Amino acid sequence: MAVVFERPKALLDVPTHYCPGCTHGIIHRLVAEAIDALGVEDRAVGVAPVGCAVMAYDYFACDMVEAAHGRAPAVATGLKRSLPDNVIFTYQGDGDLAAIGTAETVHSATRGENITVIFVNNAIYGMTGGQMAPTSLPGQVTQTTPYGRDVKTAGYPVRVCEMLSTLSGVAYAERVTVDTPAHVRQAGAAIKKAFQTQIDKKGFSIVEVVSSCPTNWGLTPAEALQWLRDNMLPYYPLGVYKDTTGGDK
Amino acid sequence: MKGNEALAEAAIRSGCRHFFGYPITPQTEVAAYMAKKMPKIGGTYLQAESEIAAINMVYGAASAGVRAMTSSSSPGISLKSEGISYIAGADLPCLIINVQRGGPGLGGIQPSQADYWQATRATGHGDFHVLVFAPSTIQEMVDLVGLAFEKADAYRMPAMILADGMLGQMMEPVSFPEEAAEVKLPEKPWATNGHKGKRPHNIVNSLYLKPDQLEKTIVDRFQRYETIKATEARAEEYLVEDAEIVLVAYGATARIVKSAVNTAREMGIKAGMIRPITLWPYPVKNIQKAAETAKHFLCVEMSMGQMVDDVRLAVNGKRPVSFFGHTGGVIPAPGEVLEQIKEIAGGVR
Repeated sequence: MAVVFERPKALLDVPTHYCPGCTHGIIHRLVAEAIDALGVEDRAVGVAPVGCAVMAYDYFACDMVEAAHGRAPAVATGLKRSLPDNVIFTYQGDGDLAAIGTAETVHSATRGENITVIFVNNAIYGMTGGQMAPTSLPGQVTQTTPYGRDVKTAGYPVRVCEMLSTLSGVAYAERVTVDTPAHVRQAGAAIKKAFQTQIDKKGFSIVEVVSSCPTNWGLTPAEALQWLRDNMLPYYPLGVYKDTTGGDK
Repeated sequence: MKGNEALAEAAIRSGCRHFFGYPITPQTEVAAYMAKKMPKIGGTYLQAESEIAAINMVYGAASAGVRAMTSSSSPGISLKSEGISYIAGADLPCLIINVQRGGPGLGGIQPSQADYWQATRATGHGDFHVLVFAPSTIQEMVDLVGLAFEKADAYRMPAMILADGMLGQMMEPVSFPEEAAEVKLPEKPWATNGHKGKRPHNIVNSLYLKPDQLEKTIVDRFQRYETIKATEARAEEYLVEDAEIVLVAYGATARIVKSAVNTAREMGIKAGMIRPITLWPYPVKNIQKAAETAKHFLCVEMSMGQMVDDVRLAVNGKRPVSFFGHTGGVIPAPGEVLEQIKEIAGGVR
């Protein structure tokens, strides 16, 4: 019988710790598919964050480094400067990348550090039980915004792709989501393109994946994806925010 | 050559090609020297956005298996403490230089030894140590940089050069070891440099969610520390054999103390000095041996008295241990130290 669908080789055959309905599983798979498609598992080094994906180092078949909270782009910088021909990627959540690691994110981007950042934005701190994230939406109820995020006191959510797209060092920035099969395919293509950007030594690449957190949003997986479409996508529009990979810019 | 520049050149000659730093007085010349030299030898000089980023870049480079380092001064080391803890927890080798200045807080920019506790007790959260080397001459800075890299690799742990603003800024003649075409580094089969299809994936990590597993990694690490304590402690002994008063000082302070000891000897006072070269592991045996014959210990530091804790622990109540020091960037004068010696000598006789 012909095999039409199988586990990507870059994803180890181990159970993950992710909650039912969490989109990390899909995104892990897309990253692994990109690694397989480009044939770079043997020279890829991933950097796992602190947050829900903290144990990503147990799931990817390539070499993995676990970073301190928010420091993944700095760790990736150290790796890339030591291993310029390897493929270095980080996999980070919103608290990690856009709060405690903002400086590392912005400066690795503006240096044009030739790394790939996979940014999973689910508008909440998942691992610690659902606190307000830098990307939590105005009015969003979380454990630490029990009356809804009040922008007067808690400020506004950060739009990472928009912000980074102003930086000269960024070669490729795209926001995708994984709520439908069509969107999953687009997300996979974006992640592959981000890795290709690095392989072509064109500079910093980031793919922001708008994702869901049924557990901490208090919704079923299906409801969570609908909430994502109704609330996240209007604030975080999908699309390519920067792409200089076509020319010599 | 200036102390800070000597540190940098010594690191390059030890095979370090990856330096990540952030400007801070009084260590700035280390970074400036690296910025000038590294691009010419195919190395990396990277000015990070923060001390936190710099130490995490070191973490990444060390994971890749290269000799990596960062340098800073006291407030910057506090910022690096997170990364140092992770590096220790992931069993990675690297070199951290602290050219100490006065603290706490922004403190001052003059020489100090007030980071002794930080270096030997608490370079970050959790149960761990870093190797701490304390040079007292520019030549020794050069020699200890090479040794620090070697021992860091051998024991898979961070090493620190604990210098101070005086050593960093002063100039002395120095000779370097012959420049080898290529420094041979030890094999690092644990490095995350791509599995190349030849081995299962390597993981660099300090997370162990199961308490018994975490305890085991720490206990294993502390067994390694026992070997280090037994074999790697170093100290210089100066006129200790017949000394009645043994002074204990490290780094730049030891130079001042040595001159006070010489004057005391000229006056007929049997003074000597133990100068710890490693602060962790601490040269406990040198102190213990001296405690058998000496009558009084005097620890001199540019702090309110930090290393004196280790002297007292080693002496273990056998002899009185006094302390004299200045802090905040004030440097003890040889005459002041001599007065202390004379005062103790009056009591000893």
